[in-house]
Amino acid sequence: MKTRTVRRRESGSSGRSAKLWQLRLYVAGETPKSLTAFGNLKKICEKHLKARYRIEVIDLLEKPHLSKGDQILAIPTLVRRLPPPVRKIIGDLSDTESVLVGLDLRAAE
Amino acid sequence: MKNSGHKFASPAARLPKCPTGIRGLDEITGGGLPRGRPTLVCGGAGCGKTLLAAEFLVRGAVQFGEPGVFMSFEETEAELKSNVALLGFNLAGLVRRKKLLLDHVYIERSEIQETGEYDLDGLFVRLNHAIDSIGAKRVVLDTLEALFAGLPNEAILRAELRRLFRWLKTKGVTAFISAESGREHLTRYGLEEYVSDCVIVLDHRMNEQIATRHLRVVKYRGSPHGTNEYPFLIGEDGIRVLPITSLGLNHTASSERISTGIPRLDAMLGGQGFFRGSSILLTGTPGTGKTSTAAFFAQAAARRGERALYFAFEESPSQIMRNMHSIGLRLEPWVTRGSLRFHSARPTLYGLEMHLATMYKEIETFQPAVVVLDPMTSLLVAGSESETKAMVTRLIDFLKSRQITSLFTSLTHVGNPLQQSEIAISSLMDSWMLLQDIEGNGERNRVLYVLKARGMAHSNQSREFLISRRGIDLVDAYVGPGGVLTGAARAAQSARDKAEALANQQEASRRKRELERKRGALERQIAALRAEYDAEEEELQRLKDQAATRTRLLTAERTELATLRHADPETAGGMRGKH
Repeated sequence: MKTRTVRRRESGSSGRSAKLWQLRLYVAGETPKSLTAFGNLKKICEKHLKARYRIEVIDLLEKPHLSKGDQILAIPTLVRRLPPPVRKIIGDLSDTESVLVGLDLRAAE
Repeated sequence: MKNSGHKFASPAARLPKCPTGIRGLDEITGGGLPRGRPTLVCGGAGCGKTLLAAEFLVRGAVQFGEPGVFMSFEETEAELKSNVALLGFNLAGLVRRKKLLLDHVYIERSEIQETGEYDLDGLFVRLNHAIDSIGAKRVVLDTLEALFAGLPNEAILRAELRRLFRWLKTKGVTAFISAESGREHLTRYGLEEYVSDCVIVLDHRMNEQIATRHLRVVKYRGSPHGTNEYPFLIGEDGIRVLPITSLGLNHTASSERISTGIPRLDAMLGGQGFFRGSSILLTGTPGTGKTSTAAFFAQAAARRGERALYFAFEESPSQIMRNMHSIGLRLEPWVTRGSLRFHSARPTLYGLEMHLATMYKEIETFQPAVVVLDPMTSLLVAGSESETKAMVTRLIDFLKSRQITSLFTSLTHVGNPLQQSEIAISSLMDSWMLLQDIEGNGERNRVLYVLKARGMAHSNQSREFLISRRGIDLVDAYVGPGGVLTGAARAAQSARDKAEALANQQEASRRKRELERKRGALERQIAALRAEYDAEEEELQRLKDQAATRTRLLTAERTELATLRHADPETAGGMRGKH
């Protein structure tokens, strides 16, 4: 996690939606909170958005200038860039219910 | 610095200060904000927090070579730029030259979902990046409280704010944190709990429909500071705090004298006019010629090659100039040449403090040698009597410290020549002249007298004050058994005097002529007598000569006869005695 990590799960099987979920996780260094957040996020995505998501992890300690674009104050912050509208979820994503609400995935279930 | 006697001097040396460059604020704080520490500035809406913050950064960047970061939680970069452009600050230029960095932090609560533990490292990283990218020494956070509205978990937020302020200190930047004022605490969210080095409160108050902003340093750890509430103004060129107590009575007094522009008035003032740098009060009832006197005074300064600044609170510049034409005074050339400037403003336009600041600014930019305030009493409308006095005191001190001669006119009401307020203000004045109306014989006449003139022998006489097409003249009023005569009565009296003098003169010449005539007559008489005498003398001489001739002839005849007769000489002589 020291450098920007990009994980891709390109879809191929799911016919429900061709749309790709673009998610960005902002962290500041390899802190327990950010590790927890990444773990939680992966778990949720695997469960709900299998093969339809892309997670970009941005370490602000390395790329501080990127904090301005998404107006990042809190760490960790998850930004749903696609599909629109942009949504922000702050915290270590331990509250799965809230994450689902925040990502607008509950309706999809 | 230690022996300067300034009360803020020695602590300033102990605690490093970061000068704000804002006029007046550095004076109150003894040199500026605590360097390398956060300062909290709180106040209600519209009291100038953002502008103060912006000026702190701009002056830091321009005057003290300290780049600054402006992190705004409310206004966008574009809004900030246009807002402070009104104060003449060019933020865009400073941003281009990397002297200033604007960063708009935007939080929308509806977009944010909270899911467990977090911290504000994002803000830290962002601020750190901003500071490092331009090597900032000053930071403004305006207003941090927006975070409370944007982030739901107050416990986390408070812990993070505490960490933020600690971090700012270790970063060594002088931080300016603005906050909304609250009801129970100084700030709405109790930020003063975290920022404890310096707390400044701004306030915007209405007093009789006139709003004035005030500034107060509530707390300044490790440094003495002015504790009073100081009025401050947002002018066209920034903020100006007006410390009342900063000026002392230590101005030097000049012995140079300057003309009043009216020769006879100079004569009344010991023949030379006012002292330079003195303050003059000119009171009078309506229409007694206060403005005219003031205009002559201003023009005299312009004639000497000095600059005169005329604050008019009742008339517009063109109206004054037009009116002065009627008494033969042309002010336009001086205005065009730049040696005379008018500044007209309605007294009710803004509060006293604003007036004072405007005047300070005008005086500082124009650098006049003479200032006229016409009329000072109008300012009473803008503030209470005590406020006006305080303001005039400060203005006079300010003017005296710059050796500027000031003329204040003051309107009194008919039948009430000396108002209480004037007596109060007059004690501040070095000279006091009174213009009065004297009514009698169906006319009103103006009379001027010098009530006091500190440090000079001045006339104790009332002079009649004449305003004509040729200007102002002072005429000796006729003081007779019936009292002081002015106007037509004085003219009549002097005509009578003149007639009498003429009669006396004629009488004298008549007597002289008579004397001449008498002398002529006598002289003629003397000449006649002398002629008579001469004639008589001549006659007498002739007779005497005839007698002598006859005697001689007789003697000769007798001698001849005697010779013929051979008679005795005695007998012959006796016989010839009768013929």
